[in-house]
Amino acid sequence: MMVGNRLGAAAQRAVGNDRYGPLTEPRLVRWLLIGIALVFLGFFLIVPLALVFVKAFEGGWHTYLEALRDPIATAAIRLTLLVAAIAVPVNLVFGLAAAWAIAKFRFRGKNLLVTLIDVPFSVSPVVAGMIFVLLFGAHGWVGPWLAEHDVKIIFAVPGIVLATMFVTAPLVARELIPLMQAQGDDEEEAALTLGASGWQTFFRVSLPKVRWGLMYGVVLCNARAMGEFGAVSVVSGHIRGLTNTLPLHVEILYNEYQFAASFAAASLLTLLALVTLMLKSLIEWRTSR
Amino acid sequence: MEERGTVLETDAGHLPAPLPTPLRVTARRGGGRRLPGGSVLPGFGLSLGITLLYLGLVILIPLSTVFIKTASLTWAEFLAKVTAPRALAAFRLSFTVAFVAAAVNVVFGVIVAWVLERYPFPGRRLVDALVDLPFALPTAVAGIALASIYAANGWIGQWLAPLGIQVAYTPLGIMVALTFIGMPFVVRTVQPVLRDIDPEVEEAAASLGAGRWTTFLRVLLPDLVPAIATGFVLAFARALGEYGSVIFIAGNMPMKSEIVPLLIMIQLEQYDYAGATAIAMVFLIASFALLFLINFLAWRRHRREAPEVES
Repeated sequence: MMVGNRLGAAAQRAVGNDRYGPLTEPRLVRWLLIGIALVFLGFFLIVPLALVFVKAFEGGWHTYLEALRDPIATAAIRLTLLVAAIAVPVNLVFGLAAAWAIAKFRFRGKNLLVTLIDVPFSVSPVVAGMIFVLLFGAHGWVGPWLAEHDVKIIFAVPGIVLATMFVTAPLVARELIPLMQAQGDDEEEAALTLGASGWQTFFRVSLPKVRWGLMYGVVLCNARAMGEFGAVSVVSGHIRGLTNTLPLHVEILYNEYQFAASFAAASLLTLLALVTLMLKSLIEWRTSR
Repeated sequence: MEERGTVLETDAGHLPAPLPTPLRVTARRGGGRRLPGGSVLPGFGLSLGITLLYLGLVILIPLSTVFIKTASLTWAEFLAKVTAPRALAAFRLSFTVAFVAAAVNVVFGVIVAWVLERYPFPGRRLVDALVDLPFALPTAVAGIALASIYAANGWIGQWLAPLGIQVAYTPLGIMVALTFIGMPFVVRTVQPVLRDIDPEVEEAAASLGAGRWTTFLRVLLPDLVPAIATGFVLAFARALGEYGSVIFIAGNMPMKSEIVPLLIMIQLEQYDYAGATAIAMVFLIASFALLFLINFLAWRRHRREAPEVES
């Protein structure tokens, strides 16, 4: 825009409403680059998206609904919702605590702590599942003790929840830490000076300040919790109707060549992803205003 | 690492929660008493306590099982597991294909970031939002979709098959899946840097007679390199450990198209915990090295940018 002003309105009109005005590439190069980008994204994003829905509805609405009304499918959907309903709030509390500690205070080892929060991002999902098998499995550290007391964690719901918590742990914290750091504590200090209690300051001042970032973190965390496959696959045991989450249900149907049913279940997860992206864009649009 | 960890924990245990009174404010402003965490805000002990407890219980203790289990192996056992021909083949495949996929993402990621930042075209906002799809789409869904598309009778596969190109069930298919999974990283690290480059530097280059290509190579690219490097390492790290999107399209033939995460999975299913742990250990060391590299790159970028922020 500044460039446009300096060059005058006529020049700007000549090159279109482009921030980079005359400093841009020849039209041919521009269209070529746009073309390359769109073809690349088309092959890798649009085609897979379209395929999921086309395959899901290949047998018509009736087969689609049938596939989702199947008792094993509904059990998988229920389990997926349950896992997210536990993992997301827990990670929300963790994310708020971690961001508060890291953004508001100075202490030794802070950089190490920030790095540790990122660890689950760089650990393979399969390894993330494996560590819980090593800990709670039949041959694991506390496995024999758990078996004696008739507590099942591996190949049961608690293992799935734990693996999901591990994988999604950084998501809320990662959104909040830079946001809280950038915002500073002036408002909080003012609230405290005016006599607000610590919790009042937190709920009435700090939380509203970060609400959009928080919402974005929760949305991402939820998408990841509902969609996690590798880590959950290791600890689940694939017991139909009991320990199959929706992504595992998709896998089993696909491997049994029940493609229409598999893609029907996959279409639900795809809708979840699309809603997540929509909310993300919405939140970004709200914060940029 | 051990030592620093303990310091953290004692900090959390012994520091009392500060009282949020106006007195504290004056105390700090007067430079008198040392406040926990160096701030007047309350909740230092509580928030750090929750953070460390959760990190410890959910991340550190479970992860330590890999190290302790590995330590129970003798050096010879460990080497035998890790250098078994099948393991070596899996390592070679995983590292090579992840590297190639990350490299593909650098080329196309820079183009996509450039186009999204600089060229207005219809639907740009929508395309920009869709770039994050691989973050949000469950990997199993990506896996079955890509496998169906690139199978010999699939939407794209049927056009490639007559040309003698087989994508699904070959290492090429693995590369396709890993490219998908790593795509947002380069785009999203390069985009903000591209946005922040002052148009004046390009004007200066143009007024000195540089063409667009020269300007890009000599003026813009050096500024983009740290972001590109970060994006590459992030995409590579993600691709290395990826499981869900790969197994459907990979074919999963031992020695040929079996990635490391799948090998770990198979060994776990066969109750070969020692083998799975030894391979996971090598993988964890690689991930930590990459994590360190990512943080180092971020720190360097931060240092480069810091003086500008202050001025």
